[in-house]
Amino acid sequence: MCKDCGCSLTDHHHHHGHEDHHHHSHAHHHETLHANPQLNDPKTISVITKILDKNDQEAIHNRAHFDDHSVLAINMMSSPGSGKTALLEKMADIASFKFGVIEGDLETSRDADRIRAKGIPAYQIQTGSACHLDAFMVHRALHELPIADLEVCFIENVGNLVCPASYDVGAHLNIVLVSVPEGEDKIEKYPVMFRTADLILITKCDLLPHFDFNISSAKEAARKLKPSADILEISTKDDESILKVIRWIEFKKSMRN
Amino acid sequence: MHEYSIVQALIDQCETLAVTNKATLITKVVVKIGQYSGVEPHLLETAFETFKEKTICENAEFIMNIQPLVIVCSDCQTTSVLDQPHYVCPVCQSLDIRVIEGEDMILMSLEMEE
Repeated sequence: MCKDCGCSLTDHHHHHGHEDHHHHSHAHHHETLHANPQLNDPKTISVITKILDKNDQEAIHNRAHFDDHSVLAINMMSSPGSGKTALLEKMADIASFKFGVIEGDLETSRDADRIRAKGIPAYQIQTGSACHLDAFMVHRALHELPIADLEVCFIENVGNLVCPASYDVGAHLNIVLVSVPEGEDKIEKYPVMFRTADLILITKCDLLPHFDFNISSAKEAARKLKPSADILEISTKDDESILKVIRWIEFKKSMRN
Repeated sequence: MHEYSIVQALIDQCETLAVTNKATLITKVVVKIGQYSGVEPHLLETAFETFKEKTICENAEFIMNIQPLVIVCSDCQTTSVLDQPHYVCPVCQSLDIRVIEGEDMILMSLEMEE
């Protein structure tokens, strides 16, 4: 049993089912470590464990939890104000899949209120001063959502192009947004973030006539970091562009069923 | 500024390992920080020096090895060090590559006293 929440996952799940991007071998933190025979000092021990190992184990647990309910979990990351919540509101109007949202912000429950106003279940995590969500916060939140009724769960991360990139929260896919007013140079400036993206959304494309945002150089920069990334240009004023995002999510979901 | 959270996780890890190994003091912490792990080494060091007080790492020396990006090409089997985050094989231009180093933060070893 999961010791934190009593959800019906056995310990077995905690240490198996590593996703392929967790292929690095590491000594488990609970194992007794032996002195490294290559070193003369018997007090030196070799560890070789990821510093965020505990978070990663919790993320695996979260993913197993989503899998058990056949819920596709998507981590949405971007700087503040690039349109994550607006995209979710728009999807609430036109998507046919049932979704819920875990919201992360330092303060206020404004984003969750906006989502709930659309009739979508949402739970707000207030991180206080933390600049990112971690797998433990998401774990607590996912027990506050009616997960059995959902097909997709969005995790709207804290608006930040740096810190959230280092934390696996247990999602299956990452969507990273960059808005036209921010400028295409954000992709090269924040490589670790855009490297995590399965889908990059260039948002607020209705503003393209007013800004010098070069779409083709944005795509080129993104694909240097992540050759396999899908990239869509969207605007919440253009339903057809949002439908493309919805179809991408539906396709990904159908590939996991 | 997630460096503080990372240091918190690191010190927790050190405390657990100290208990497992019956140590009372950690004198050296060696970490490997990938150049593209998303963490700023200078801030990580500052965070460690700040947070180590009144923990088992209070007197620990903090050794950080910065790990550049290393890839292996699945087509030509060449191992290359990349100095820019341009994820392509510099030898044969293949995109079918595997990152083997440079994106992780790893606790490598600890020096401790009983």
